[in-house]
Amino acid sequence: MKILVPVKRVVDYNVKIRVKPDQTGVDLANVKMSMNPFCEIAVEEAVRLQEAGTATEVIAVSIGPAQSQETIRTALAMGADRGILIQTDVDVEPLAIAKLLKGVVEAESPDLVILGKQAIDGDNNQTGQMLAALLGWPQGTFASEIKPEAGSIGVTREIDGGLQTIKLKLPAIVTTDLRLNEPRYASLPNIMKAKKKPIDEKTPEDFGVDVSPQIEIVKVAEPPVREAGVKVETIQELVDKLKNEAGVLS
Amino acid sequence: MNTLVIAEHDNQTVADATKKALSAAIALGNDVHLLIAGENCADAVADAAKIAGVAKVLKADDAAFAKLLAEPLADLVVSLADGYDAIITAATTNGKNFMPRIAALLDMPQLSDITAVIDANTFERPIYAGNAIQTVKVSSAKKVMTVRATAFPAAGEGGSASIEDLASTGDKGISEYVGEELTVSDRPELTSAKIVISGGRGMQSGDNFTILESVADKLGAAVGASRAAVDAGFVPNDYQVGQTGKVVAPELYIAVGISGAIQHLAGMKDSKVIVAINKDEEAPIFQVADYGLVADLFSAVPELDNAL
Repeated sequence: MKILVPVKRVVDYNVKIRVKPDQTGVDLANVKMSMNPFCEIAVEEAVRLQEAGTATEVIAVSIGPAQSQETIRTALAMGADRGILIQTDVDVEPLAIAKLLKGVVEAESPDLVILGKQAIDGDNNQTGQMLAALLGWPQGTFASEIKPEAGSIGVTREIDGGLQTIKLKLPAIVTTDLRLNEPRYASLPNIMKAKKKPIDEKTPEDFGVDVSPQIEIVKVAEPPVREAGVKVETIQELVDKLKNEAGVLS
Repeated sequence: MNTLVIAEHDNQTVADATKKALSAAIALGNDVHLLIAGENCADAVADAAKIAGVAKVLKADDAAFAKLLAEPLADLVVSLADGYDAIITAATTNGKNFMPRIAALLDMPQLSDITAVIDANTFERPIYAGNAIQTVKVSSAKKVMTVRATAFPAAGEGGSASIEDLASTGDKGISEYVGEELTVSDRPELTSAKIVISGGRGMQSGDNFTILESVADKLGAAVGASRAAVDAGFVPNDYQVGQTGKVVAPELYIAVGISGAIQHLAGMKDSKVIVAINKDEEAPIFQVADYGLVADLFSAVPELDNAL
């Protein structure tokens, strides 16, 4: 089984982001960037399937600026075999990303594509589902467990009421939720080894995909600030304030 | 042109999240049609017809739609799409699952999790876990959007919509429902509860959640959790409040033993009143709490229980 894992370079999840004063976006200058945490989970799952003998090859693909190469190197250090960088400085929207990935899938013919369920910058939660639609493949989103079988894959999904299990015909799309696995840290020898693994460089034009944005960003603003309130000393005082000051308890 | 809203329901009634998404749909100004897809969903259709602001209910009653799997549902919605210039659903796990599939099949961009309707083409949505709010304008032929339910009031009663039966578009059979493990609880649903009490890593074990449940039962509250508590296996995944879990905005949110990572705050900071109980007075949760109590939760929570 061949597995394709798209990975995205995003602001590190520990960074407290700041909105630019002119409200044109979020200030990304001199901010630590990392692989999107959900993408790390996707890479880890693919590498585990390879270690278990289920997967034969794991390919990491990233769409973004030249520095996305570092994100691919991280995936290679975790155990992916090779990389593909589709380089663009445009902030590509999910639909265009899905179209580019469709091109990669057609060229590489994977049996399974594992993606993060959402990137922590745009919080869109769209790309995997869109790719599934464009390919006519089934989708197992928000996966907390996957079980590949002959010709199919079982996917346990985190849903609002609990867990749901579905079975998909391969080839299929899976998107990862938090509990699918705990991604490894790449070891130093593996980081060194990753430097020798090949990364193919492509452009959106190679796939004939127009990546110009369809959604106009009018402005990006700070959310309303919530002020810290008061400290109370005792439970009695708390209950009294909730009843008589806030009026939320009767 | 009309607006199509895709409903969630339990075959009896229309989900609260859908009624809230309807308010966003109604704000666009066109006739709103509500799609009830399911198996044996006649009662839900009757309930839908009574919602104020719904002009027509579309009923697709077929085994293919029993679990709202994305593949058959998307094919159904795409078959209806010609008559609509906006397609909307609530940003629940179901909506998040099927909506982008519909958008891509229609070759339309999607707006996820809208929190405000500025005008018929301009919307607000949170990005970076709610640490920035984006105002976006769409000019695509169809607007495909999911709605953050907590940002809108529920549409009221008093409508009398017409009902149209749809032919099923069937199921191509590439996906199959196997089973579900749903959390059974008499408490209110997390996203619609007026009061939520959540526990974090500080709870130390799943068994200790019983002290929160006791308070919850006195208050008629739902019980939630931080990611740390879910990851540690204290409670099931559907308890998680946060950027990637559930977004809640109750009248009262009580955070117990939760430090307050930005990913958790993203899921609850729009609550009307926030109470934090934590023994670490430096915990970031106190920066958003209206009332903070620095105390050991294992003495404070039982004391709260007694005081109620």
